[in-house]
Amino acid sequence: MSVAAAEADREAERAEVHEQRALGFWLYLMGDAVIFSLLFATYAVMVNNSDGGPTGRTLFSIRNAGLETILLLVSSTTFGFASLAMRAGSRAETMSWLLLTFGLGLAFVGLEMREFYGMVQAGAGPDRSGFLSAFFTLVGTHGLHVSIGLVWILILAGQVMAKGLTAPVTSRLFRLGLFWHFLDIAWVGIFSIVYLPGLL
Amino acid sequence: MERSTTGHGSFGSYLIGFVLAVILSAIPFYLVYTHALPAQQTLLVIGVAAVLQILVHLRFFLHLNLALTPRENLLAIAFTAILVFIMVGGSFWIMFDLHYRMGG
Amino acid sequence: MLGKLTLEALPLYSLVAASGALVTILGGVAAFILITWLRAWRYLWTEWLTSVDHKRIGVMYVILALIMLLRGFVDAIMMRAQQAIAMDNGGYLPPEHFDQIFSSHGTIMIFFMAMPFLTGLINIVVPLQIGSRDVAFPFLNSVSFWLTSAGAGLVLVSLVIGKFSTAGWTGYPPYSELEFSPGVGVDYWIWAVLISGIGTTLTGINFVVTILKRRAPGMTLMRMTPFTWTSLCASILMAFAFPALTVVCAMLALDRTLGMHFFTNANGGNMMNYPNLFWIWGHPEVYILVLPAFGIFSEVVSTFSRKRLFGYESLVYATAAIAILSFTVWLHHFFTMGASANVNAFFGAATMIIAVPTGVKVFNWLLTMYRGRIRFHPSMVWTLGFIVTFVIGGMTGVLLAMPPADYLMHNTTFLVAHFHNMLIPGALFGYFAGFMYWFPKVFGFALDEKWGMRSVWCWLVGFYLAFMPLYFLGFMAMPRRLERYEVPEWQPYLIVAFAGACLILLGMIMMGIQIFVSVRQRNKTRDLSGDPWHGRTLEWSTASPPPAYNFAVLPQVRELDALADMKTRGVAYDRPDRYEDIYLPRNSAVGIVLGGFAFLLGFAMIWHIWWLAAVCGLGLWVALAVRASDDDSEICLTAAEVAEIEDQRFELLATAPRLEDADDQVAFGTPLTERPT
Repeated sequence: MSVAAAEADREAERAEVHEQRALGFWLYLMGDAVIFSLLFATYAVMVNNSDGGPTGRTLFSIRNAGLETILLLVSSTTFGFASLAMRAGSRAETMSWLLLTFGLGLAFVGLEMREFYGMVQAGAGPDRSGFLSAFFTLVGTHGLHVSIGLVWILILAGQVMAKGLTAPVTSRLFRLGLFWHFLDIAWVGIFSIVYLPGLL
Repeated sequence: MERSTTGHGSFGSYLIGFVLAVILSAIPFYLVYTHALPAQQTLLVIGVAAVLQILVHLRFFLHLNLALTPRENLLAIAFTAILVFIMVGGSFWIMFDLHYRMGG
Repeated sequence: MLGKLTLEALPLYSLVAASGALVTILGGVAAFILITWLRAWRYLWTEWLTSVDHKRIGVMYVILALIMLLRGFVDAIMMRAQQAIAMDNGGYLPPEHFDQIFSSHGTIMIFFMAMPFLTGLINIVVPLQIGSRDVAFPFLNSVSFWLTSAGAGLVLVSLVIGKFSTAGWTGYPPYSELEFSPGVGVDYWIWAVLISGIGTTLTGINFVVTILKRRAPGMTLMRMTPFTWTSLCASILMAFAFPALTVVCAMLALDRTLGMHFFTNANGGNMMNYPNLFWIWGHPEVYILVLPAFGIFSEVVSTFSRKRLFGYESLVYATAAIAILSFTVWLHHFFTMGASANVNAFFGAATMIIAVPTGVKVFNWLLTMYRGRIRFHPSMVWTLGFIVTFVIGGMTGVLLAMPPADYLMHNTTFLVAHFHNMLIPGALFGYFAGFMYWFPKVFGFALDEKWGMRSVWCWLVGFYLAFMPLYFLGFMAMPRRLERYEVPEWQPYLIVAFAGACLILLGMIMMGIQIFVSVRQRNKTRDLSGDPWHGRTLEWSTASPPPAYNFAVLPQVRELDALADMKTRGVAYDRPDRYEDIYLPRNSAVGIVLGGFAFLLGFAMIWHIWWLAAVCGLGLWVALAVRASDDDSEICLTAAEVAEIEDQRFELLATAPRLEDADDQVAFGTPLTERPT
């Protein structure tokens, strides 16, 4: 077989590998969706189990929730722009959008940790009641996922810097994108099921 | 390059997605902030807006497209949706039934 | 420094416990000494422990399963012995110890025997059956195995350091909460299950992608083998059901470790949500256990009846129906928790419906045998034993599916008999049949059939003796999990049950002898052709054992039963004119490193050794990050090297005896007329 034909074969194989990895990651996200759904279901079942303690009405801040929503939404868009830059082959632009996404995500996590800290200080920690256990676990799981995403952004930004936009690197960026957008969808669920109804 | 979960976005489509998502977030937030509608109706609006926003995310950020997305990915998300409906719906039915029978 | 861990954790409080610990330690030491004496550490490390080859990983899974089968069986026979003698006396096991034993028995058998066994068989066989060189994610495959092993390791360590859970294999709160189980037992259970559960979820994802995306050219979905179909459905169940187990175990862990109130008595906990979430996982789990076994039975029945499987399409649809319906019946595990009649009736009806597709399969198997030329290989006898026995258990299941009936029999020994009647013939016999059927493919020589038959009969008769009495005892109102009792009428049945367990023990000893004898006489039973049974499916077209790359040239599939079709067309053993370079994934130590960190993390969380937990958590992430940055993960086997391996294969093939009664095909395998020696 000629060298060119062999190279084309390897290209096709790499594309297949990328497809398989994308499907595999998508399936993982579906499993994650099941996890979040069950956390949501548990929250709904326990939303009134405040044991005479603090409820959402007293604890939640619509301003905070709104800020977090905007941060995440903008970060999804900036990640989208990073994907566009990646496809255009621009290393520097990809890095900038990635780091901007990181900053927005970091601000989100910061706000959330401040909220959690405040609640714990006010005696409304996850060990106070079933309602609060469900709240902290649901929202905390989401926050944990976002934090992992932040670490992942840093690692990939490092790879982009060190190796450039090679096929493996762009493939990984693609999966990170799936992850990041998925987390924004989960957040839509969180403000719609936890914060807004809690403040009604 | 990455053909999976279909085509890609463009600058325009990400912006449209962003704007739609902002609107679909602003409406429920506003309603809750002002208590403009009775609780029942507000909850309905929140729910509908959430579902619509999720569809916006799927279409404009995840580029899910009935024509271009590989079949396996579409089947996976459809199957997940069905399962979530069964698991969450079933859990609600069971747990609220038990709650009622416990005198709750 | 060491959290809650002190010398008090050693099992010096009872002779029985100390013996258990001693046996575990001696077992480990013996393995260590043996490997050192054989100077096999380097070989073990490079060829097995860091391997990402699905065939090697599969073998390691099966070895783990067989070891844990012994461990779990010791629990079983201890319980049978206790119940046989504890009429109006305390027997030899105090209640707390007995409770640990029934808890570890169930946990081990389900999570560390059955799951690894089926995962191992799927690993070894499915890529070969679909004509692929490997699974989609070979490295992830290794991670899955090592996470499962980490979980098994935690269960084994619990015998030596601390105690195991006394809350049953299902860990229901509030008993499993800190208030009533303050020790480390439940924590061992939680972490063993959580860690191995993640491994299983990854396996599910791996095989869904493998089966959907890596089939050989021409192999459409409806040309896949029955075992591949059932493996696909089981993998889908793994990927989608295990997240529920992760959620519920994590919630219990949060209750116990961070004082949360998901399932506690007080502070707004809702303990009824636990069985709800647990069984959302638990019911699909039993189908994960049983579907691959059904697939094995389909293959065995077809091969040893020398006939294509009857009703392949209906079998596929039945399998898919079972998989989907398995998510709709979970409440039948807690009819008695008190839901209203409507709720119970819905789930009861769904449970009865799910029995129907299994019935369809039984007819398919029977009709495959009808007018076939049957060979009573031990695998075939496992299958026949399964068909008869499983149907009985299935009928008791339909009985239990009626809520009013279940109210009388829930948590009696009737239930215990029912689920063992499902799992032992339905799952374990299937794995045994697969083990004996595919053994020559993996190791290059066949298992001795005489000792195999003896083992089957001991298991079969032993099973009936051990479990049929339990049905009667259930009708006589004997509850499950009793450490002692005062009803004399029960004792004779329990003595018979103990005798059954002894017969099963004999069956296992015979399996051990079978392996020993087979290894000793392996030169007489060498599989020279790769096809000892005149098989119909692609795995039999490779050498035994197959080369690392499985297929030098990917097969072109035209029909169902691809190999049978190729034999009919006379192309099964054609040699290609040239070979290509083949790229294989490189071995990796990161899998076993991740498993090691996971094990230590679990141990640290159990004993509240927070610094160790933090270190291991960090280690896990660093190892993952290192792997995620690794782009050089393949090695190349040149066309010349491939040609050399293939030449050896065809040389050996030329010496293999041809099958005489093979209808004018070029075929191999032991003829029907030849009696096994």
